[in-house]
Amino acid sequence: MAIDRTKGEVWVFAEQEEGKLSDVPRELLGKGRELADRLGVRLGAVLIGGEGVAGSLAAQLFEAGADVLHVIEDARLEVFRGKAYRHAFVELIKECSPQIVIFGATHMGRDLAPAVASALKCGLTADCTDLQIGDYTDKKCTCEDGSAKVVKDVLLQIRPAFGGNIIATIVNPYNWPQMATVREGVMKPLDPQPGRTGEVVRHESHLDGVEIPVEVLEIVRRHSSINLKGARIIVAGGAGVGSKENFKLLHDLADALGGAVGGSRAAVDLGYCEHERQIGQTGVTVRPALFISCGISGAVQHLAGMQDSAKIIAINTDKDAPIFKVAHYGIVGDLNVVIPKMIKAIKQKG
Amino acid sequence: MNTKAKGREGGYNCVVCIKQVPDTKKVTGEAMKADGTINRAALPAIFNPEDRNALEAALRVKEMYGGTVTAIAMGLPAACAILREALMCGADKAYLVTDRKAAGSDTLATSYILSCAVRKFNPDLVFCGRQAIDGDTAQTGPQIAEKLDFAAITYLEDIEMDGDFAIATRDIGTGVEKDRVKLPALFTVTEKFGELRPYEVRRVMKYKKAKAPVENGGVALEGDFAIGQLSCDDIGAEADRCGFAGSPTNVNKIVSVVLAGGDYKEVAATDEGVKALVDELVADHTIG
Ligand SMILES: Cc1cc2nc3c(=O)[nH]c(=O)nc-3n(C[C@H](O)[C@H](O)[C@H](O)COP(=O)(O)OP(=O)(O)OC[C@H]3O[C@@H](n4cnc5c(N)ncnc54)[C@H](O)[C@@H]3O)c2cc1C
Ligand SMILES: Nc1ncnc2c1ncn2[C@@H]1O[C@H](COP(=O)(O)O)[C@@H](O)[C@H]1O
Repeated sequence: MAIDRTKGEVWVFAEQEEGKLSDVPRELLGKGRELADRLGVRLGAVLIGGEGVAGSLAAQLFEAGADVLHVIEDARLEVFRGKAYRHAFVELIKECSPQIVIFGATHMGRDLAPAVASALKCGLTADCTDLQIGDYTDKKCTCEDGSAKVVKDVLLQIRPAFGGNIIATIVNPYNWPQMATVREGVMKPLDPQPGRTGEVVRHESHLDGVEIPVEVLEIVRRHSSINLKGARIIVAGGAGVGSKENFKLLHDLADALGGAVGGSRAAVDLGYCEHERQIGQTGVTVRPALFISCGISGAVQHLAGMQDSAKIIAINTDKDAPIFKVAHYGIVGDLNVVIPKMIKAIKQKG
Repeated sequence: MNTKAKGREGGYNCVVCIKQVPDTKKVTGEAMKADGTINRAALPAIFNPEDRNALEAALRVKEMYGGTVTAIAMGLPAACAILREALMCGADKAYLVTDRKAAGSDTLATSYILSCAVRKFNPDLVFCGRQAIDGDTAQTGPQIAEKLDFAAITYLEDIEMDGDFAIATRDIGTGVEKDRVKLPALFTVTEKFGELRPYEVRRVMKYKKAKAPVENGGVALEGDFAIGQLSCDDIGAEADRCGFAGSPTNVNKIVSVVLAGGDYKEVAATDEGVKALVDELVADHTIG
């Protein structure tokens, strides 16, 4: 008898490097929890790494919402190598038949997920900004009474496409598992639930006899002090700031507020600020308590990364700039004039 | 690049996958149809930016170690425009994969068709762009590699050769990694690799007349100007794995991004205006 695929678990790839979990798995578990509850199935986290990797991370994953932890530990999986990870992951999916598998759209996730999907001949939607469960009406396929076939409870994979100008909903109704990658910072993690536990299931790596064509010679980590995702207040600048030197104004404002500095892609391309500071579709997604936008026009690709901020102040000389459409407070004016006034007002308060 | 690295006898056979894409930066109101879909015809078609970097990677390997560079584009006959560009920049051969059966391919079907085409050339090195700007999926490269069982190295920033191995520098997001990779291997290349070299004047004269048979009443040109043309049958791609039939994903719904009208509070760019704003934000504990 065929297994009932609708009973399959919802899985999240618990990406780790050097035994440390990145932020994405927690974010994905937040969304995964919602999907699994809606479907009435268990939420699983998949942890792949060297010997002992589960030891320190299991508790964190349960506290972040997982019901079950699928672990593959093998010395050959200590550092990420696409083929080894792919092989282990594909065997695991064949063994357990999850109905949904979600990856972070990180460098690792975007390397691994396509290879897994290719090996299983199933669909994969990249860079989703939302995931929901819903019914899909297949107009190409009709039932006996002539009505269109409806597939119940499929994963609706929602993503911007065409440079952010359209939002598409993609479904993969037949070749399961349904797979998606999700950008960092898009989903909200649950509040950690201390003491929450679950089941740990260990699996084989199936790597014996598999040739792995890559040897990692060296890894140089970038230790960046830039942490936009964690910032409560962000001051962001665009092409309108005019120069790298002038970007210092933004740092001064951010310092006065205890916030961080971000930039638009134009600001990054013009060399005004570092690439790690880029906010938007191809940068980080942020939702701080306060976002102060200075000299940014508000292209859709930029808005995609900041429009969920609790409060947005826009400063722009062009009263028709699209940024004002997402702003809560709008200042039509020159940032060179407005920012010093702001710094002064902040220093004077209290 | 380290010039001391050793190549090997005969150099390397490189294949580059290049895609013609609509210039999504130029999407304006006119390019959006009433139903929210894109009117591709209203957009200029360009050589996908990171595929230019991929071509540069292949040309650099050829320049340093010898060998050949073959460019492959899958798409409509119009995609010959970027194949001509590739020839003008230094590619030795160019092929268009074009077939009605390929219409509607998602990344799984696209990577299947391209893997069949690439296999025909028996390459040592395959280069793809990291991602194409129309879909931004970054899936096609790793999926071609999986199908060919080639090593896959994503986010390539630099490469040198050492006999039957490549020494690849790649961005891993949290840092930079150096790998020793056994050939054959596929690489997805980012803009950090460096810009595509300009056309060679001599080659521009020669290749501006290059054509594929579809552009020439079905007749293949003689000699160097010929852009090769391949159908799904030519590359042994099974019909049920191409196009709509071979694509598990479906687009269920599309909405265009329409910004809600702005209902923001206007703040005057004066001392008083700014001060009142700061006071308000302090009062509601946004700053403090
Ligand atoms: C596939 C794709 C992905 C992309 N991803 C991103 C992304 O992740 N993030 C991103 O930001 N962009 C992204 N972009 C680029 C995006 O489309 C815009 O080009 C970019 O956001 C524009 O940056 P900007 O607003 O700083 O510059 P501009 O559009 O040049 O705007 C500058 C603004 O500054 C104002 N200004 C000028 N002088 C002053 C002054 N003295 N005081 C106040 N205001 C002033 C001007 O009125 C103008 O509105 C992407 C594009 C594509 C095609
Ligand atoms: N139709 C195509 N023809 C040739 N190469 C392609 C095609 N589609 C994708 N590619 C290659 O795959 C890369 C990634 O594309 P994508 O998965 O669409 O982001 C591109 O940069 C190209 O190198």
